[in-house]
Amino acid sequence: MMDQNRVPILEGLEKIRRNRLVPFDVPGHKRGKGNPELTQFLGEACLSVDVNSMKPLDNLCHPVSVIKEAEALAAEAFGAANAFFMVGGTTSAVQSMILSTVKRGDKIILPRNVHQSVIHALVLCGAVPVYINPQTDKRLGIALGMSMTDVKNTIAAHPEAKAILVNNPTYYGICSDLRSIVEVAHAAGLLVLADEAHGTHFYFGKDMPISAMKAGADMAAVSMHKSGGSLTQSSLLLCGSNVNENYVRKMINLTQTTSGSYLLLSSLDISRRNLALRGVEIFEKVKRFSEYAREEINAIGDYYAYSKELINGDSVYDFDTTKLSVNTLKLGLAGIEVYDLLRDEYEIQIEFGDLGNILAYISVGDKNKNIERLISALSEIRRLYKRENIKLWESEYISPVVAMSPQDAFYADKVSLPLEQCAGRICAEFVMCYPPGIPILAPGECVTKELIGYIQYAKEKGCTLTGPESMDVTSLNVLKGE
Amino acid sequence: MDDLWYSEYHTKSVRFSIQIRQQLHFEKSNYQTISVFDSVEFGRFLTLDGVMMLTEHDEFIYHEMIVHPAMAVNPEIKSVLVIGAGDGGVAREIAKYSQIENVDLIEIDERVIEVCKEYLPKTACGFEDPRVHVRIQDGLKFVRRIENTYDLIIVDSTDPFGPGEVLFTKEFYGHCFHALKENGILINQHESPFYPEDARAASSAHRCISQVFPVSEVFQAHIPTYPSGHWLFGFASKKLHPTANLQDEHWNQLGIETRYYNTQLHRGAFCLPNYVKEILNHA
Repeated sequence: MMDQNRVPILEGLEKIRRNRLVPFDVPGHKRGKGNPELTQFLGEACLSVDVNSMKPLDNLCHPVSVIKEAEALAAEAFGAANAFFMVGGTTSAVQSMILSTVKRGDKIILPRNVHQSVIHALVLCGAVPVYINPQTDKRLGIALGMSMTDVKNTIAAHPEAKAILVNNPTYYGICSDLRSIVEVAHAAGLLVLADEAHGTHFYFGKDMPISAMKAGADMAAVSMHKSGGSLTQSSLLLCGSNVNENYVRKMINLTQTTSGSYLLLSSLDISRRNLALRGVEIFEKVKRFSEYAREEINAIGDYYAYSKELINGDSVYDFDTTKLSVNTLKLGLAGIEVYDLLRDEYEIQIEFGDLGNILAYISVGDKNKNIERLISALSEIRRLYKRENIKLWESEYISPVVAMSPQDAFYADKVSLPLEQCAGRICAEFVMCYPPGIPILAPGECVTKELIGYIQYAKEKGCTLTGPESMDVTSLNVLKGE
Repeated sequence: MDDLWYSEYHTKSVRFSIQIRQQLHFEKSNYQTISVFDSVEFGRFLTLDGVMMLTEHDEFIYHEMIVHPAMAVNPEIKSVLVIGAGDGGVAREIAKYSQIENVDLIEIDERVIEVCKEYLPKTACGFEDPRVHVRIQDGLKFVRRIENTYDLIIVDSTDPFGPGEVLFTKEFYGHCFHALKENGILINQHESPFYPEDARAASSAHRCISQVFPVSEVFQAHIPTYPSGHWLFGFASKKLHPTANLQDEHWNQLGIETRYYNTQLHRGAFCLPNYVKEILNHA
């Protein structure tokens, strides 16, 4: 057992501050002295530790001392064989995880509701996605987890696949049966990767859904800066014992900065200590906040703040009760409308709103009075804005037809065509829809009439479409020729 | 006597000091720090989180002005909700009216009530009236569940930085609207118009109340120990206007004893200085 009270990076930074080391290295602001306005804004304490790699502080690209120790402490705290501190967000952790696992031409099994960073990684490495459509809850209009039957069938149909990626949990808090997926995938020789952008607390809280490392997954990308409390852009990549850590480090270094920020690194170190020492009580508090808010919101009427009752033993294997996801359709309001009202009328900013749901992010930083405000504002919105008899929106997932690898399509010769003329062509770019944030099209997929209709529908409903060069998605880049 | 002074920052660069004989009480409750001092000039006084709430010598101004204007506009007021007001001063003033049937007093911090009962009996005597029912609860949460129940709601809050923050939000005023009957009136502590930070709070409160209530007016009083001494109150209602509907004669016949409030002052209190009008107009 290591001493989880230790914070090696913080200790290193305090030491160099105490020693009043004279800086003749970068950064050029020299502990803030060269940029008084920035120092005034961020504070002297902050600028004085915005320093470069040096012998007493180790080097993120090749850790041998304090960073190495801090990563070892994090690995132990998370029950992983190895942990890597990441400074390019969980996007960089997800991408490094995929780059370490598959290469050009390899197949990787993915749920369709993956974060865009996953498919971006496929463009970088040339691997080919095999999608499993998530089950959906039509009433709530949300994507659920993967069903075991779908997982087994897909693995059987693609025995050459190298890996499978699982969201643990989804944005809304829904978990697949990760332990069974690991069992089936490992038996078939696949590696299991987990996107745990929304699951840091699974490693520390009581009675939480199972964490990827505990379930035996091979790698996990963990957003410490979400429920873990570290600074934005800091993240962790965890590896199980079957993974060659040195190879993973090599892949990380392909794209990671050589000037890793010590603000981010120390925030990871300090947050790990906090979670290791006080994680149980912290997440008990978060759960109590969420449970309380759920009860009160459900008592208002029309809102549906869902929880473990969704569990069905398969596509909703478990539910993360720290998440406060609320369906708004019975109110006659789209989630995104409630999201806008909360901000514009009540000065409350929530995490997101999609067509049928809102998600309020609850954390240890919340206070009772703010939870009361959120509940009260939702109650006022119902009183003032409720609409009767509005046509409910139903989510539809259209199975993507993958014609070639995202990389081949992304770099192929392409031509821009008006959207309505794209049917039958192979798409060369991404089309993503926020909300609900799931790719409609990725490079290498066939554009169908059905998909064009969906894009037009989403535009009409006021969703923001991102990805294409054509900002308003009136045209699409498709492959030339054919 | 030792040269002991209590100082409060009215702004970062303005300090208000009172010579004190001694500190009678200090504690950290679950919500705030609570202190009671004994002063030379103002008698005993209560502070919450280092901000003066009331002194024995000038509290009458505040408590009379937060209660009597509404009572003089609507003589039919029977059921009252008071939020905050853990010192009992508001309850004491309301209890002067015989037609009052029920006063629900919602205070989030039980310790404030206990401390006031012990050290400030001149205001805490308000709790002794049998029509006053104290509930220890979050004000926002309490009022969220109430519909068409009260004739008058009085919001006697601390500043909008701390536990009192929720009592300055649009959602709170919306709930109050819903909790009031057809002739209902909402009176609130409305901060000061003078120093910029206080003025911003006053302006934002006025904006939120005006979005919710058809009648939304502001009146003023002079309170020596509050920042700048110039203090505002809000008068909002579903129907009744604070001066057009003032029942002077009726109120004067009641023979309520007051040291600050009278019905002539009532009319005058709603006449605001130009700079205050400007702050409110640009809310």
